[in-house]
Amino acid sequence: MKHPTFRTDRDTMARVETRNLVKQFTASGAPAVNGISLQTTDGEFLVLLGPSGCGKTTLLRMIGGLEKPTSGDILIGDRVVNDLPPRARQIAMVFQSYALYPHMNVRNNISFPLKAAKLDKAAIEQKVQWASSILGIDQLLDRKPRQLSGGQRQRVALARALVREPNVFLLDEPLSNLDAQRRASARDELQVFQHEIGTTTIYVTHDQVEAMGLGDRIAVINDGTIRQLGTPHEIYEDPADTFVATFLGSPPMNLVERDGDLVGFRPEAVELVPPEHGDASSWLHLTLAEAREEYLGSEKLIYGEIDGVRVVARVHAGTPMPAHEGGKIPITVNRAALRIFDKDSGLRRQPASDSVSASPAEEASA
Amino acid sequence: MATTTASATETHTEQAGRNRGQRVLGRVVLYVVATGFALFAALPFAWMVLTTFKADSDLYRPANNPFVYNDPPTWHNINLLWNDTSYPTFILNTLLVAVVVVLITIAVVVPAAYALTRLTGRWGESLGILIFLVYLVPPTLLFIPLTGVVADLGLQNSKWAMVLVYPTFTIPFCTWLLMGFFRGVPWEIEEQAMIDGYSRIQAIWKTVLPVSLPGILTVVIFSFTLSLHEFVYALAFVQSSDQKTVSVGVFTELIRGDVFFWQSLMAAAALVAFPVALLYNYFLDRFIAGFTLGAVKG
Ligand SMILES: Nc1ncnc2c1ncn2[C@@H]1O[C@H](COP(=O)(O)OP(=O)(O)O)[C@@H](O)[C@H]1O
Ligand SMILES: [Mg+2]
Repeated sequence: MKHPTFRTDRDTMARVETRNLVKQFTASGAPAVNGISLQTTDGEFLVLLGPSGCGKTTLLRMIGGLEKPTSGDILIGDRVVNDLPPRARQIAMVFQSYALYPHMNVRNNISFPLKAAKLDKAAIEQKVQWASSILGIDQLLDRKPRQLSGGQRQRVALARALVREPNVFLLDEPLSNLDAQRRASARDELQVFQHEIGTTTIYVTHDQVEAMGLGDRIAVINDGTIRQLGTPHEIYEDPADTFVATFLGSPPMNLVERDGDLVGFRPEAVELVPPEHGDASSWLHLTLAEAREEYLGSEKLIYGEIDGVRVVARVHAGTPMPAHEGGKIPITVNRAALRIFDKDSGLRRQPASDSVSASPAEEASA
Repeated sequence: MATTTASATETHTEQAGRNRGQRVLGRVVLYVVATGFALFAALPFAWMVLTTFKADSDLYRPANNPFVYNDPPTWHNINLLWNDTSYPTFILNTLLVAVVVVLITIAVVVPAAYALTRLTGRWGESLGILIFLVYLVPPTLLFIPLTGVVADLGLQNSKWAMVLVYPTFTIPFCTWLLMGFFRGVPWEIEEQAMIDGYSRIQAIWKTVLPVSLPGILTVVIFSFTLSLHEFVYALAFVQSSDQKTVSVGVFTELIRGDVFFWQSLMAAAALVAFPVALLYNYFLDRFIAGFTLGAVKG
């Protein structure tokens, strides 16, 4: 993508806020969105991450005005917009399917929102040139959407969103129609693009890699509620509950039961060779049963079981497998890397800082 | 070694030759069949034109070859049709009725089909089929109650009776037809237009309708054709020559007692059929193909 000088005429600061937003499609069923409150900062890239069917699209469509909330408020730029139609919300949306107008060429697709705004011809042409050169599609202006590749369609959709100079971008899995190779580079381009444009963006995805790579902050959603809202680092390092812990990371966090609690640790926190240095009490010793290894080139995964629960360790490919008797190998995890969850509620037991110091109760070792 | 290669090459050419032979044969069969169908479809038209210009003396002598002109062709029959019957009036009436019926049908059917596919949820589908069932009631039954309606409205013996009645069967069928086309529209383009700054009505006008143009043209063609050739209602509701349409007018004015004015009848049919056939061909080629592709990734 080329990046000519950016020009933004936006006058309103755009913060998006939802207050206790609920959407119930059928009277009997569970709500698709069940009381979501979140607030973006101006210019933020906020990612809504969650499994398929958790209500991400519904939430985004309510912010866009395409779906009417059952209850709750939506604010854009500190103004309640519940009763405003989509066209009055000064937003731009990119659908998963890109929703290009099939009967118009690329130029008319991009200028369509400008015609609604009744701009004069010269201004429209100038903006179309501006947006299409940012996205590198100035050669395609006379083509019809059906003559474009998936990646080109995505750029046209972005250009059409861009010319509106909206307060907020709403993007619904915009990369999911691209092949894996193209997706990685498009992700990178999108991030550079958003940072330079500086427009508040709400981005929906079910792909944790996309979410971690793109988001200033991530809202992890499940069953229509926010499980955790934080920076990618916070979400990964200090998951608020077992859902977040096991939804992020591949392989996800291991959870084993110890003294009535669930003890979580990331696969990469596992050490096969017990370190000689340091305080012995700062290490948790466990025994992995039925250990198998899977070689992946730069690293290897060790699969096994602890008390019948599957556990995965990720170590450098050069790490030798310790001598094992009957498939049993000893592993150690630094207590600083342990995350303790309540067994019944699945919620984190104590704040992040506390998990570093191990309490005597958790000193049991395998 | 050399012989093997030679024989291999031989087999190869033989194979290629056989393939080409098959291809040529396939083409020949295709063209023969297509030509056969074309001739079959064109025969009534050719027969109409041929008969139109025949003199009585030529047409009614059984010994004559019916496929050629035995006597010189004549304009007499067209003169008769144009000057001694109300044919020009029939054509004007037919056009008027057809155009107004098409306009009424479009005006009702587009919002109805939109509402049934987009706004009524799961009831829309069954409702659409119920409406379609109305179309299946035969006109020979329906014209009895409809006569009452026409009489109550004071439209007896008026072409406006047909303008009133034809939509009762064009609308149900065309609603159902257009619902099928609307179902194929990617709805996101309408929502996208609403995000892009348009109202719902504007969004429909600028995205849904252009993309469904083939469906709307089908509706136009269907209701226009129906209005052209409808016979039962036209016969039942209209008696005066100045109100008749072509289908009934020609039939009542060119069959006098047991005398059939065959050549003028043929002329009357051909004069209506040719422009319509040409018009349809033009529209079909121009609009129907490949209009909705590429809206969403696929
Ligand atoms: N128009 C609708 N009518 C009824 N249920 C819906 C509708 N749209 C979405 N849902 C339901 O709401 C839930 C959330 O859907 P969605 O927001 O699309 O999830 P996501 O985008 O996270 O995959 C799903 O269970 C889905 O079946
Ligand atoms: Mg979705």
